[in-house]
Amino acid sequence: MKEFLRRFARNKAAIGGVVILLVVIAMALLAPALYPDSPWDMVAEPFLAPGADRAHPLGSDMMGRDLTAGIFHGARVSLVIGIVATLVALALGVTIGAIAGYYGGWIDNVLMRVTELFQTIPAFIFAIVLVSIFQPSVTSIVLAIGTVSWPPVARLTRSEFLSLRSREFVQACITIGMGDLRIIVRHVLPNALAPIIVTGSLMVATAILTEAGLAFLGLGDPNVMSWGTIIGAGREVLRTAAYVTAIPGIAILLTVLALNLVGEGLNDALNPKLKNR
Amino acid sequence: MPRVVRYLAWRLLQAVPIVAGIAVFNFMLLQLAPGDAADVLAGEAGGATPEYIAELKARFGLDQPVPVQLGKYLWNVARLDLGFSFRHNMPVVDLILSRLPATLLLMGAAIVLAFSLGVLLGVTAARHVNRPLDTVISVGALLAYATPIFWIGLMMILLFSVQLGWLPSSGMRTIGVDLTGFAYALDVARHLVLPATALSLFFMALYTRLMRASMLEVYSLDYVTTARAKGLTERRVAFKHVLRNALLPMVTMLGLQIGSMLGGSVLVETVFGWPGLGRLAFEAVFQRDNNLLLGVLLLSSVLVVIINVIIDLTYARLDPRIDVG
Repeated sequence: MKEFLRRFARNKAAIGGVVILLVVIAMALLAPALYPDSPWDMVAEPFLAPGADRAHPLGSDMMGRDLTAGIFHGARVSLVIGIVATLVALALGVTIGAIAGYYGGWIDNVLMRVTELFQTIPAFIFAIVLVSIFQPSVTSIVLAIGTVSWPPVARLTRSEFLSLRSREFVQACITIGMGDLRIIVRHVLPNALAPIIVTGSLMVATAILTEAGLAFLGLGDPNVMSWGTIIGAGREVLRTAAYVTAIPGIAILLTVLALNLVGEGLNDALNPKLKNR
Repeated sequence: MPRVVRYLAWRLLQAVPIVAGIAVFNFMLLQLAPGDAADVLAGEAGGATPEYIAELKARFGLDQPVPVQLGKYLWNVARLDLGFSFRHNMPVVDLILSRLPATLLLMGAAIVLAFSLGVLLGVTAARHVNRPLDTVISVGALLAYATPIFWIGLMMILLFSVQLGWLPSSGMRTIGVDLTGFAYALDVARHLVLPATALSLFFMALYTRLMRASMLEVYSLDYVTTARAKGLTERRVAFKHVLRNALLPMVTMLGLQIGSMLGGSVLVETVFGWPGLGRLAFEAVFQRDNNLLLGVLLLSSVLVVIINVIIDLTYARLDPRIDVG
């Protein structure tokens, strides 16, 4: 662990990613304290330019809503949806991949056919269909993103399990009569965890982009303020007040960038041999 | 029968269960959706008598047991009958086919742009590894990789259409002007520049990063050392010996990204008012036209399957070790 932290800390880009991420997390945590009122409330005059009023540093949109409040609350929405959707995808993907890789044979065959099916359907269009059929809400968005993003995890877990299950320590577990579930969860999974964690951290970034895209199309939860929603609304006034569109976009860019940097840092630190690839 | 034809037939046969699986899946989604076509139509009419709704349900076959409905649905899909879009007053298949060329044009342009520039930038970065040029390219790729596709589209409209006035911001052709031949093609090309660039940026970043990694990996192989020992120039080593082998993972990646590109085109087409499949999906969402939406989902999946078969053929052409037989 110490060795891992030392390797991770040597990667300046990854540390930069951690710093940006901590700022975004702080924004998400402070949002209810700093901006207790709904970010949908009209609190200023419309089209207040950024920097014009110290009370609203990022200005206001066409409805006089404070953009700073929107960005803070949006950080909450992005992070929560990104993380929970990834956890859903990891739970689905690891379970399916573990069963397929551990048991092999016809079970593997059937599960991999299903995985292939899900990989063929264009993920974002699939997410649009799911959210629009089940009505946009934080729950439906999280489940939709989870449903469309598990196949790569399943494939990864399966290949790890395939190579681990023939190893001696697993054979030893089988010989002493240990149950399958215990072998899978206690012995094989911990050894397969490193690449799964790396994939997971990169998936949070993709999930945040997907959520922003859905919200931009008007498929966000109508009760929460998301960065994508602000861009979707700001688009109408792109020619006169571009900052309404620009600012939340930069927030998404920085958050996704930070997550990618952290994910790559984790990857390099966990597989030092693959450095520089 | 020529081997390529036999291979194609075999691959398409393999695709049948996948398409059938997606069709079953589509049917399940339609069943899960709150309210069926009859309810939607009745609601549109501003309320209807229970007798009228029952009549509508009977007409659409919605009163029959689910397995029978599924059987009928699959039979219809097999005959390429994806139902009727009441909003557009057109069969779903015709509607989708009329929008398909625009999407294929957009995606084709984006793929060519992303692939060629990605290869070029990746090779350049790898040849200057850990030097300033590599850093500039790598940082640019990292940024482009994290940029939301729809947002960069809007920013490009702001810069190139609103500020500079160089390029049109929306649509596929100039409205009200009747152009033919070359002038028409030029007009469409001008409209294509911004959406194709916006769609390609993310993928260009992906290919740049992958190409750089792939080049560096091939550079470390023994045969490259041999090539250098023979006294070949660095340029010749890079382009004649390394590039071709480094391209293989890129072609694989291209196949994996087709679905993701179709998804991106929904956003890009919405931003630029490009009259393709993606915009059709967007319209279907807002018109609550589930038949149409699921039709788009099904046919875009079929498109992914077809494009992947084409890519596999290209792969075999690039690498003689891989045989299509």
